[in-house]
Amino acid sequence: MTGGFWGKIDQAGRNIAPLAVTVALMLIGMAPLHLPGYAAIAPALPLMALYYWVIHRPDLLRPSLAFGLGLLQDLLSGTPLGMTPLIYVLVYWGVLTQRRFFLGTSFAMLWFGFALIAFGAGFVGWLAYSILNLRLLSPDPALMQALMTVVLFPPFGWMFMRIHRAFLQH
Amino acid sequence: MKSRTTGSVVRLAAPLRALAQRFSFLLLVLAAIALMMVGKIDTVLVEGMRNRVTDAFTPILEAISRPAATAARFVESVHDVINLHGENERLRNENASLLRWQQAAQRLDAENRSLRSLLNYKPELASSYITARVVADPGGAFVRTVVTTAGHRDGVRPGQAAVAGQGLMGRVVQVGEWSSRVLLVTDLNSRIPVVIEPSRQRAVMAGDNSGQPKLLYLPGDVSLAVGDRIVTSGHGSMFPPGLPIGLVASVSDNSVRVQPYVDLGRVEHLQLVNFGLPGGLGANDPAIGAGGLQ
Repeated sequence: MTGGFWGKIDQAGRNIAPLAVTVALMLIGMAPLHLPGYAAIAPALPLMALYYWVIHRPDLLRPSLAFGLGLLQDLLSGTPLGMTPLIYVLVYWGVLTQRRFFLGTSFAMLWFGFALIAFGAGFVGWLAYSILNLRLLSPDPALMQALMTVVLFPPFGWMFMRIHRAFLQH
Repeated sequence: MKSRTTGSVVRLAAPLRALAQRFSFLLLVLAAIALMMVGKIDTVLVEGMRNRVTDAFTPILEAISRPAATAARFVESVHDVINLHGENERLRNENASLLRWQQAAQRLDAENRSLRSLLNYKPELASSYITARVVADPGGAFVRTVVTTAGHRDGVRPGQAAVAGQGLMGRVVQVGEWSSRVLLVTDLNSRIPVVIEPSRQRAVMAGDNSGQPKLLYLPGDVSLAVGDRIVTSGHGSMFPPGLPIGLVASVSDNSVRVQPYVDLGRVEHLQLVNFGLPGGLGANDPAIGAGGLQ
């Protein structure tokens, strides 16, 4: 894959894989599964993708893209505009500062780091939504959602690794 | 992870880049906060953006929701087969009691008609129904909404009631060209004037993001029992009176909770109802901006 028009096209296609995976997960996560009570605790799939790609390829998922992803999610899901961009940018910043710690360590460490990030994101979301509604809301739904997200991380993490190897390593 | 060898990642770690990056994070955080304020102040602008983006993504969401619905239906059919015997028994009993109700209803219907003919009674306004598919329930931990496939071109207008099966689900808060968003009765911002049927006591049913909304503004001496029927009161010209919502699920000193008839997590198709009320909530009614989505 050295130079050439098609080579560049190919490389560009590979480089948008992280963004494409994150957007696809966001849309899939919105599909109604018709399970009672599921919508409230549906795992935050884009958060998993964001975490993985910021650790492994932050050059392909810039902070501004994370902001844009959050904006799209807010517009689609009816959450107050700006709330999800705030969460994603803070997550991005948090992960990037600890990136060297997670990179190359075991999967268990990667999972543990994600647990911290997921609960942190849940807390920021809960705080922002409480402030926007001018009342202290129950933190339980955000906690349950974070827990669900952490529990379901391994299969998605494995999938990200496969995509990472398939498209971005030569 | 071999990605560390990639050139651009190493360059990223340069101190200059790090400094610029830190500033960009600060800017992005401030931009997010600014957006939240814009969303609070200029709801019309934000609504317009939401409509356009939801319209654009509805076909994709619809395509994704079909296999999800198929999978859900499969799980349900397995579940149904397991419960077949018990269900049959239950339906037999229900059928017997419904036949008794049918007799009562026919008698009351005849009586009602003869009494109406004695008075100069004005019949209720005709209503039309728009059926739509639920293609997304994207709210996450904080918002209870669903996105449907009917929009402005199908006759959906903000403020219309969404009903499914036996009762009220919520109301339309956002209408795009071919998509719309329904705020469920369980959402934190949902407020619906209701009547408790046996006592005709009025109250406001307020969602709090749990599965069972609360009743507000009840007087202290009201007589309430678990199982009392809750219907819309028709006040505020939002919904017509008498639309069934649910049953009183629990009564304690400081809160009365209502279990909606509709299993909100499992609705696949819903009906948006145009009752043709003269004073219905329009798009520019301030009540929507205040109580609805930002």
